Amino acid sequence: MSSSAVILFCLATPLIGALLIALSNRRPNQREAITLATAAILFVGVASLIPEVRAGARPELLLGEILPGLSLYFRVEPLGMLFAGVASFLWIVNSVYSIGYMRANLEGHQTRFYVCFAVALASTVGVAFAGNMLTLFIFYEVLTLSTYPLVTHSGKPEAIRAGRTYLGILLSTSIGLLLLAILWTWWAAGTLAFSEGGILAGRVSDGAMAVLLALYMFGIGKAALMPMHRWLPAAMVAPTPVSALLHAVAVVKAGVFTVTKVIVYIFGIDSLSRVADAGWLIYVAGATIVIASLIALRQDNLKRRLAYSTVSQLSYVILAAAILTPLSVAGAALHIAAHAFGKITLFFAAGSIYTAAHKTEVSQLAGIGRRMPWTMTAFTIGTISMIGLPPTAGFVSKWYMLRGAIEADQLFAIAIILISTLLNAAYFLPIVYTAFLNKPAPVDKDDHEHGHEHGEAPLPILLALGVTAAGTVLLFFFADLPLDLALQLAGRSQ
Amino acid sequence: MIAPHLPILQVVIPLLAAPICVLLHSGRLAWLLTVAVSWVSFAVSVLLLGQVMDGGPLSYELGGWAPPWGIEYRIDALNALVLFIVSGISAIVLPFARASVEREIESERVYLFYTAYLLCLTGLLGITATGDAFNVFVFLEISSLSSYALISLGRDRRALMAAYQYLILGTIGATFILIGIGLAYMVTGTLNMADLAERLPAVSGNRTVQVSLAFLTVGICLKLALFPLHLWLPNAYAYAPSVVSAFLAATATKVSAYLLLRFLFTIFGVEFSFEAMQLGVILSTLAVLAMFVGSLVAIFQEDVKRMLAYSSIAQIGYIVLGISLVSVDGLTAGIVHLFNHAIIKGGMFLALGCIFFRIGSVQLHDMRGLGRRMPYTMAAFVVGGLGLIGVPLTAGFISKWYLVVAALEAGVWPLAVLVLASSLLAVIYVWRVVEVAYFQPVPDDKAAAKDKATLGEAPLSMLLPAWVLIGASIYFGLDTSFSVGVARAAASSLLGLDLAEIGS
Amino acid sequence: MEIPGLFNYWIVVVLMMIGFYTVISRGNLVKKIIGLNIFQVSVFVLYISMGAVAGGTAPILAPGIEHYANPLPHVLILTAIVVGVATTALGLALVVRIHEAYGTIEEDEIQAEDERT
Repeated sequence: MSSSAVILFCLATPLIGALLIALSNRRPNQREAITLATAAILFVGVASLIPEVRAGARPELLLGEILPGLSLYFRVEPLGMLFAGVASFLWIVNSVYSIGYMRANLEGHQTRFYVCFAVALASTVGVAFAGNMLTLFIFYEVLTLSTYPLVTHSGKPEAIRAGRTYLGILLSTSIGLLLLAILWTWWAAGTLAFSEGGILAGRVSDGAMAVLLALYMFGIGKAALMPMHRWLPAAMVAPTPVSALLHAVAVVKAGVFTVTKVIVYIFGIDSLSRVADAGWLIYVAGATIVIASLIALRQDNLKRRLAYSTVSQLSYVILAAAILTPLSVAGAALHIAAHAFGKITLFFAAGSIYTAAHKTEVSQLAGIGRRMPWTMTAFTIGTISMIGLPPTAGFVSKWYMLRGAIEADQLFAIAIILISTLLNAAYFLPIVYTAFLNKPAPVDKDDHEHGHEHGEAPLPILLALGVTAAGTVLLFFFADLPLDLALQLAGRSQ
Repeated sequence: MIAPHLPILQVVIPLLAAPICVLLHSGRLAWLLTVAVSWVSFAVSVLLLGQVMDGGPLSYELGGWAPPWGIEYRIDALNALVLFIVSGISAIVLPFARASVEREIESERVYLFYTAYLLCLTGLLGITATGDAFNVFVFLEISSLSSYALISLGRDRRALMAAYQYLILGTIGATFILIGIGLAYMVTGTLNMADLAERLPAVSGNRTVQVSLAFLTVGICLKLALFPLHLWLPNAYAYAPSVVSAFLAATATKVSAYLLLRFLFTIFGVEFSFEAMQLGVILSTLAVLAMFVGSLVAIFQEDVKRMLAYSSIAQIGYIVLGISLVSVDGLTAGIVHLFNHAIIKGGMFLALGCIFFRIGSVQLHDMRGLGRRMPYTMAAFVVGGLGLIGVPLTAGFISKWYLVVAALEAGVWPLAVLVLASSLLAVIYVWRVVEVAYFQPVPDDKAAAKDKATLGEAPLSMLLPAWVLIGASIYFGLDTSFSVGVARAAASSLLGLDLAEIGS
Repeated sequence: MEIPGLFNYWIVVVLMMIGFYTVISRGNLVKKIIGLNIFQVSVFVLYISMGAVAGGTAPILAPGIEHYANPLPHVLILTAIVVGVATTALGLALVVRIHEAYGTIEEDEIQAEDERT
């Protein structure tokens, strides 16, 4: 197969999968087998592109013209390769997990769930492979819409409210700000193609560049830059597999991925660093990191704490990209992968606790590590990666970010990274501590719902958990591939 | 042999079919005839569009009388496109009509319904095809009178008042147009549009010409339902039979928009309309107000048909805004949106027609749980709604794209911001329906238990037309070579530019 | 401005305003239609008087008539009158139906009726 056929194959696989899933509505086994098979096939397709991209090739696919001069165009570059690879790999793991979780918790509307999931993945791949801003924007919006039914999955009033926040913020930022920025770019530059060195340089004034930067950064609501972050905690009402893959990996990473793409390929690192007014981004991102961490400290609900942690971690990527040195941009790209593995592990663990013990609050977790040793071990590994300690993937990305910040003499950024490391430790380590070292609260005999003796979660959940935890560690020892892609993005060979 | 007579066939076939309908005296036969006629009309309009795009404007002399003495029919890219829209929508709506009309209109009146429908179609096609200013008035009244009758056939008695109010305002609008035409004739001594266009510039300082333009603009804007002259529209659309709402919403205001373009650009000319008379500022202000007022009022409607009607007022705002920018991009945006909105709104009204067919209501609270009972219909409605919002991959996105680019090009970036901000209001009113239809439980009281037939989808003959239009709204969001291509050709000819000069 | 010379236009304006005012101010649906008629008639007068030629007679092809009024506005207005009659007929038919449905033809009473239900 030629490489453009492979791109088409990667885009079509999840969509065909979605169709087949919809058709096997009444047959759960068949439906889930198709989900798994689709995920596996997609990963094989995506993975088969890696050698080429690593060797420096940039496979392309042109799918017809939408507007004169603007096509549905795909071009695989290192960052997109990294993103698509991570997302499609984690989809396999997440599908295994979903099967365990959805069945154990007797969730309804499972067919709709799997269909929307597949469509969301198709649009994630579309975002990752997009070769121009219009294509990216199209899939970005499809991703928002296809995840809406997943957020409101339970259909309960709080889910509908959360759905409103979700859609309200994501659509109003993307239509109100991002689309405006894109149209302005198109009007000023006459092109929307992602190209090395940026397309805006020399075409708009410095002042306009600063305004455009603001429109882009706040317009990409999925990157959860404060104050556009509220949709993310709201989205936590969704079933845990959704929070895990979509709201820790696919959707939010689509956001920071777009941020990085815009900075690197629309503005261009060099031309943006010449614009004096663009420095504010570092401060906003830094503030988001610290404030979100402080909020996370105060959350008792485990998933909400994880969500605010995600908000803060996403801004690492923005911060690193905004430092505008090749090394920090490489760090940003790496962090997309590193955070994905770490955070999905944490969410898997949270879902595992919910499935086995029906506990959702941090304060209920005393002593749970003795009953669910596998789950909590994986949780601990995720925690270490979030803090950024070796031997986990989080260390590698933070290392590059710090090097980039030092290279650029960005004292503010260095300080933020160090402070937030402490904050991360402050809101994660107590969970690990109480889980393993505190005695469980005395069991209330009358409370059958919460007080029953429970063991570990079902096997598919543990399996998924194990794989991502292992991945978090392995990415530390075998960081060659992501590092190589990240450095290619930044224009440096290793 | 027939080819040279296409312009007149476009209008005459439905005109002749109307009295035959009365003679047939049978609802079923009348329907069959109407379907056949509108499909033939559609075929004619396709041929016409093809001829115009290949060989430039066509001129047809009625009865062999040479213009300017005889009536001339003149077809260029713009009105070929509008003819295509009107007859195309009619061809799609009619298969839908049979079941819907049987349900909503007393059987002894059905053949009269189709007679009025054919007359309305004749009028709309005639306004568009003719090259004679007075002829415009005649066809305008044919279409208006028949549409008053059509609206009054609605089930609800409020339809009668709606039709009456539309009759009063519509007649005032048409009379204003008549005055405008009369004053223009007074100064130039001709009624032929091309002739008028030639003679008017020489007398542009004349007060009579200025008054003529003012009367014409106000009259057309009344028919167009441009804010604040929109008062007739919400009730008319809300209480008319489903088929009529769908057909009129998709075509009647579009034809009025065409008239506005024709008079302002072709006949009076850009220089007079927009430089001497400064209509651009007035129109763009009203358009922006329409966008916001229409959408805001739509948010508070409990009747979903009324909601769509107010949304139409907002969408007309987008069309007029594009026109008021007086640039190739702006006009392209306006004309493309004219086309896209016809498809989207037509599709959504048809989906509502399916809903009305099954549950006998389009009140929001009666639509609870409809996402499960009529999944395909609701899906069509939601996809249409996404088009109204302007989500990518739908036709609505293309219109917004051009509109914003045109605003940026004209150097009025606040307009660009306003266009996008008002799209967000559409999110709110569309999502109100989504939340009710998908998240609220099916009302388990009377409706569900009483009648098994109220459960499930509408018949395929209704669902399919709705999906054809909704499908088209997605298709034209992906492949814009046809819609944007024709719109651009029309825009450049309105501005008197050569398409090749300005490039793609 | 020479008012007596343009008296026909003044009549048009006065008629138009009378008609317009009746349409707006009256709540009785039949009176509204009468107002609409007056409004339309003013336009007929406008057209007819515009076709007049000083000293001309009716445009009839007959020996001895050389100076005649412009016939085209007459023809146009013939059409417009037909349209006007049709509009009036349709409007009155609607009023009949409204009366059947509501039992009144006063606009405010109809509105009150609608709000009650």
